Formats: sequence, C-alpha cells, structure tokens
Amino acid sequence: MKKGVKWFLLILALLLVFFVSLFLGRYMVSPARVVQILADAIRGNLSGGIEESVVLNIRLPRLLLTLLVGAGMAASGAAFQGIFQNPLVSPDVLGVSSGAALGAVIGIMIAGTGPLAMLLSMLAGIGSVILTYAFSKVRGQSTALSLILAGMIVQALMNALVSLVKYTADPYSKLPQITYWLMGSFSSASYKDVALVALPIGGSLLVLFLLRWRMNILSLGDEEAAALGVNPGRIRVIIIAASTLISASSVMIAGIIGWVGLVIPHVVRMMFGVDHQELIPASMVSGAIYLTLIDLIARSATEAEIPIGILTAIVGAPFFAVLFKRTGGADQ
Amino acid sequence: MIQVVDGCFAYPKGPQILDHVCFELGEGRIMTILGQNGIGKTTLIKCLTGIYKWTDGYTMIDGKRIHNIREISGLGYVPQAHPLSFSYTVRQIILMGRTRFVKTFSVPSAKDKEAVEQAMEETGIQDLADRCCNQLSGGQLQMALIARALVGNPKIMILDEPESHLDFKNQYLVLQMIEKLAREKQISCIINTHFPEHALMISDQTLMLGKGRYRFGDTDEIIKEENIAEFFHIKAKIVEVEEASRKHRAFVVLDTI
Repeated sequence: MKKGVKWFLLILALLLVFFVSLFLGRYMVSPARVVQILADAIRGNLSGGIEESVVLNIRLPRLLLTLLVGAGMAASGAAFQGIFQNPLVSPDVLGVSSGAALGAVIGIMIAGTGPLAMLLSMLAGIGSVILTYAFSKVRGQSTALSLILAGMIVQALMNALVSLVKYTADPYSKLPQITYWLMGSFSSASYKDVALVALPIGGSLLVLFLLRWRMNILSLGDEEAAALGVNPGRIRVIIIAASTLISASSVMIAGIIGWVGLVIPHVVRMMFGVDHQELIPASMVSGAIYLTLIDLIARSATEAEIPIGILTAIVGAPFFAVLFKRTGGADQ
Repeated sequence: MIQVVDGCFAYPKGPQILDHVCFELGEGRIMTILGQNGIGKTTLIKCLTGIYKWTDGYTMIDGKRIHNIREISGLGYVPQAHPLSFSYTVRQIILMGRTRFVKTFSVPSAKDKEAVEQAMEETGIQDLADRCCNQLSGGQLQMALIARALVGNPKIMILDEPESHLDFKNQYLVLQMIEKLAREKQISCIINTHFPEHALMISDQTLMLGKGRYRFGDTDEIIKEENIAEFFHIKAKIVEVEEASRKHRAFVVLDTI
C-alpha cells in the first residue's frame, strides 16, 4: 500500500471516530442531528436543547481531551522508544506517570484538582525521570536494560509514596476522590480542562513533531549521534521535557492511563516503518483514534462508566502480547 | 589535511591511554592504526571524531585548530557494523549522514535525498536501497555505513575496524572501496585495523600503538618484523608475492615471543 493511501485511511478513520463519538452514548443523538448541531454552533444560532447540551458541552470537550491525550501519549511513547534505543520503553516505564501521580495526589490533598496539582505533578514527573536516568548510569553508561531496571525502582518508590499519601487521606472525602481519579477517567471533562492542557500538550506535540527526524539520529546511540554532528544530550533533554509535560498533563486531567504509548507506536511501525519522520505524526493520529475509541467503550459499554485506565490495560496488554508473539519482538 | 598535536587522553581516574600522540595526514592519503586489543585504538578514533575530548593537545584540520569537532562538516565516521535497535532501510540510514546539513527542527530536503542516491551509486549498493539494515550481511551493512559517511561530502573519513567480522572477500571489497574513495575523491582515510596485511595493501602511513608509546611513519617503514616483535610480541615474517608484475605482501605469523 502506498504511503498516501495509508494516510488517507488514517485521516478517514479519525473523522469517523470524531463523528461516531459525538452521537453514540447512553443518550443517543442521531448522526444527522449531530451534523445539524455542529453547523448551528458554527453559525452561532443555538436553541439550547438537551441534545445540543449533550453534544456540545459534554461530548465535544471530552472528545477534544481524548484526542489530545491520545495523540500526546502515543507520540511521547514513540519518541522515548527512539531516544532510548529501545522499542519497549514508554514514559510509564521510566516512572513519569507514577511520579506525576504522586505530585497530583499531593496536590489534590492540599487544594483539590487545579493549577497546584498540575504544577506538582509536572515537577514530580520530571523529577522521576531524572531520578531514573541517574540510577541507570552504571560506570557512566546507561544501557537500555539499566534504564528499565532503574525505572522499575523509581516506579516502585513513587507508587509506595502514593500509597502513603492515600493512607493519610480522609477516607470519606479525599480517598475515594484520589482512588477513582487514579484509575483514570475523562468523565469530568470540561472546556476548562481543555484550556488547561491544550497549551502544554499541544506545544509538546509540536516540539516532538519538529524534532521527529532528529529522533532517528538519537536512535543510533549517543556516540554515533555525536559523530554525525548532533549534541545528543541537548535534544534528549528537550524530548524528555516535552514528553514529561504530556504525561504530567494527561495524568492531571485523566489520571493514570497506561499502555497507549507502548502499543500504538508498535502498530504504527508495522504500517509506516521505523522512520520517525512518519512514525511520529502517524502515532499522533493513531493514538488520538485509539484513546477516543477506548473512551467511547468506557462510557457506553455498561450502565456505569468503566475507568479508562482499566480498559487501556485490558485491551492493550493482551494485544501487545499477541503482537510480540507474532512478530518475535521485531518491528518488521 | 588533518594534524594531531600532542594528543593525550585518559579516562576519569584512569591511566594515560594516549600520551602525546602526534601525526599528520595529507589529502587523499590513507593511514592505518595498528595495535593490540585494549591498547587504545578505538579511544584514539573516538578522540579524532570528537566523541571524546582530548585531555591535552588538539586536532587541526587544514591548519585550523578545532575546538568542537561536532561543528566540522568535513568529517565522516564509519563505526563498526552493529545491529540497530530499529530496522531502518538502507536509504534511511544513509540519509542520516546528512545530519549536519539538516537544521535541528527540520527534515531532510530533496537535495539531501539526491545526495543519498549518489552515495549509493558510488558504493554500488543501489539494489539494497529499500532493504532493512538488520537483514543485511555484514559486508553490505559496512558498505551502507561507508555510504552514510560519504553522503556528508567528507574530506576526512574515519573508520573503526571496517573489515573486522567480514569474510576475506568482503574484507577485500571494503578495502578496495576505501582505496577508491581516497584516490578518486581525495578523501583522507584513517582506519583502525587488526590486520597488518591490510595496512600493507592500502595504507600510505601507519601508526603503531603500544602501551604509552607509539610509532608513526610510512607504512613500509613501520610494518616491519622488528616493530611487530616489539609492539605485539609476535615473531612474524613479511613475504612478497609477485603476480602480473605487481608486488603483493603477505604477513605470516610464526610464533609468540
């Protein structure tokens, strides 16, 4: 299949998912009515009916968030795999998410969800990655294996600290809030959330997109990258910062959602090859489609909403296992 | 022309590995570096490519002192062939040799891609263009890596044991390619090798590296039985074979000393 055809199909799938997730759900709105509401919204003559409210004030902000977060997670996963020369790492593996969770949980304890929790989750997320990186250096060298082991250490530490904070939380008000939030959900999505993460995630996506070709060079290893004329440390710091910003923002808005950054880049590599110039934008679109679909299942499969973090793992882990078996761990 | 003046290198808290190394290599000339395993050949290569910084001394290119070798456009590095984490195609791998011409937040241009096609033609690997690197034979991968260095229009090419791990036919093909690039494109080549006869075959100058000392000069002057005995503790004989009125030299190991 030609590259152009693949891109056409991918964009088509994105548009399809976009519309389906606006009319499908516990409260059915007919597709024709959705188109009409969108057209009315653009023209600015809204009547204020219940269908309008469902589509524009509940489903649309939620959709925008899943698109942003899905794109961000998949792209940062692909970027991490490239710059750490290891197809099995993702921001979760290096402890960004658990660190960001710790920061966010502390933030929620102090002042509820908001700018403080966001700031803390960002700082703790970055701190965790720095810690992982420092732990992984054995005799000045950090290998793929040592990174993953160091990531496990940091993750375990952060998870323990999250438990400690939860233990001290008020079991009637704060604890259920934290517990449910940690499972991941977009159910409280609002335009305020969109405004909060649009800039950090959008900006980071742009940075990852612009650095996509440099990721190829970094994936050769530091020494070769240096010999080819690149300062690998500086570019890696920028990419880690962008990815961490994405992870931290995602955790802040929707709790812990795993597996997207690991599964999506692998699937995309099978379709588009390993070149990051294609891989990064294709991962963004595919991640957006995937997370939106999973969220659609999360909110419409059963009476009560299923936390999305549980679903991404239930879908992602077996899928990844099958993928790994069938390809023998290779990407092509 | 590349010149190294008093190049010294030691790993942090380690002993001095390279001690006041001096040499110079003219345009289109080939230099080989010989020495035992672990003596510092690869370290020397890494200092030359700027992966490591000299702890003392400096490199000069065309009479200009180099401070940050990363900014020198005329340098091509060919690492030892090794499996990659991601199986790029040959074309993609060679394109990475254009890194110095691609801005940080940008992607390669049509001109860069054109240079890749040309480099593949010059190294005779057009047929491999769309093959995955991890499916290539050692010889093919080595040629692709040479093409990657070539695509950056280097004046100096530095190769780390380019013919190790290859069968003798592919060794010969790689050596021939290096010789062709040096003679036809006037690229100065610096090669790490374990094979004295390869040095005898293609190089003009040789640097023999020992513990804390070295000898540098014309290959004929350096690769001699007495130097091999001194630097390798090996008793060897260099014999000449004449074929079609051309002299070829063979290197025969007799015993340890």
